[in-house]
Amino acid sequence: MGLIRLCRKKSPWLIHFNTGGCAGCDIELVAALTPRYDLERFGIQLRGSPRHADILVVTGPITRQAKDRIIRIYEQMPEPKSVIAIGSCPASGSVYHDCYNVVWPLDKHVPVSAYVPGCPPKPEAMIYGILKVLGKV
Amino acid sequence: MTFIVPIGPQHPALKEPAFFRFEVKGEEIADVDIRFGYVHRGIEEALQRRDYKHDVYLIERICGICNVVHTTTYCQAIEQLAGVEPPERAKYIRVIILELERIHSHLLWLGIAAHQIGFNTLFMLAWRDRERVMDLREIISGNRVTSATNTIGGVRRDVKPEHVPTILRGLDELEHSTKYYIDLFNSDRTILARCTNVGILTKDDARKFCAVGPLARASGVDTDIRRDHPYAIYDKLSFNVITEREGDVWAKSMVRLREILEAIHIVRQAVKEMPIGPIRIKVNLEIPRNEAIERTEAPRGELFYYALSNGTDSPERVHVRTPTCANFASIKRMFLGGTVAEIPIVIWSIDPCFACNDRVALVDSHTGKTFNLSLKELRKWRH
Repeated sequence: MGLIRLCRKKSPWLIHFNTGGCAGCDIELVAALTPRYDLERFGIQLRGSPRHADILVVTGPITRQAKDRIIRIYEQMPEPKSVIAIGSCPASGSVYHDCYNVVWPLDKHVPVSAYVPGCPPKPEAMIYGILKVLGKV
Repeated sequence: MTFIVPIGPQHPALKEPAFFRFEVKGEEIADVDIRFGYVHRGIEEALQRRDYKHDVYLIERICGICNVVHTTTYCQAIEQLAGVEPPERAKYIRVIILELERIHSHLLWLGIAAHQIGFNTLFMLAWRDRERVMDLREIISGNRVTSATNTIGGVRRDVKPEHVPTILRGLDELEHSTKYYIDLFNSDRTILARCTNVGILTKDDARKFCAVGPLARASGVDTDIRRDHPYAIYDKLSFNVITEREGDVWAKSMVRLREILEAIHIVRQAVKEMPIGPIRIKVNLEIPRNEAIERTEAPRGELFYYALSNGTDSPERVHVRTPTCANFASIKRMFLGGTVAEIPIVIWSIDPCFACNDRVALVDSHTGKTFNLSLKELRKWRH
């Protein structure tokens, strides 16, 4: 069992879904993957399909349209899986907390392993959040 | 016999959720249908329930990539409503952060476009150079993405004289790398093969579908709000409006790359000519009934704001029309007759920003009929 856990800590792949955010966190997440911050040195890559991914990265308050899709993407991911909520929106709704079309928080819909607060958080904070999740595995 | 290829809402070619339904005949695209609304949050309605000052922070988060141009347009519209003029130095600072944002937005576009055509090295290079702009933005405003610099009646943070040499040095480095990318787009075989004669929008179509911004300029339509309807201090600065004739993906890339050089030129002038003085004036925000429209040139094209005041400290109505909203009309013409492999780069060539774009449509789920509500009905419906 110890060997499997050791292997699972290496090279987790991310899938990113924007559930109605302003794209500010999305560009910071991509910035975390590119040369200045270089998340790829840990073997962490952004993948296109939920079936290849270990960690679901969610940005944005959950809009009514995106709610069903985020649950479906979560269900399509293979076990073991974790969810990271990036930015203030999935945790507390941020500036959109009283808009009519959002249904935050994220943990009402899918289980969340880590929150990275900030609007938007810096790439360093995102790397810290992802590494925290890996520590839990 | 056509086959349907669904793309989205979660898809590697899309950074934000949207749904595209392509009808293909073999490799050829016969029809395309688009479904939006995954990012609709109800911001225009929420703006009416906050006061003018709080609205600045919500407007900033309509779109994270072009947040400065949103707040600038909003603040200019409210200043127009209140009948005040911001100090001269504030206008210069606004132009500096606006143009830095244009550089960052276009470099971001270049990176993702390279990723869409499978040229991941260029993606990494463009994002490495983009970090230099982010540093400059951080020096001026304290934040990398949302700058929180604009406020009604001026700006909140000053450009300090000791930061000017750093800004100029950063601009020199950016100019050097942008020139390299322009060379690359003129000579690299992979880029030429993937970008020329792909997703063509002719000049007539661009006019007919009311395309704005780099999309229109790449088709030869000579339009730029900064020159045609100058705001802030654009009338005092010299710059060229970049146009290309071809209307394909290559022309759209070239317009954006050459605009980076123009933006660098504008920032240099603004930093040099900036007058000394106050950066902010006090504005009485209980504005009597009045209405105002404001137009600016966002990195993606013309951004339009309408504001209506009613004597209280919160607006009666703020309407936003974003450039992506105007540009989506022409996307079908760019796809028809193309191949499946072109889909990602052609979607990305209009630089779509769904966070800006998404609106709501009211549809009766039994009959499929859409309908409109007046402002009064909408308020009654909410409560």
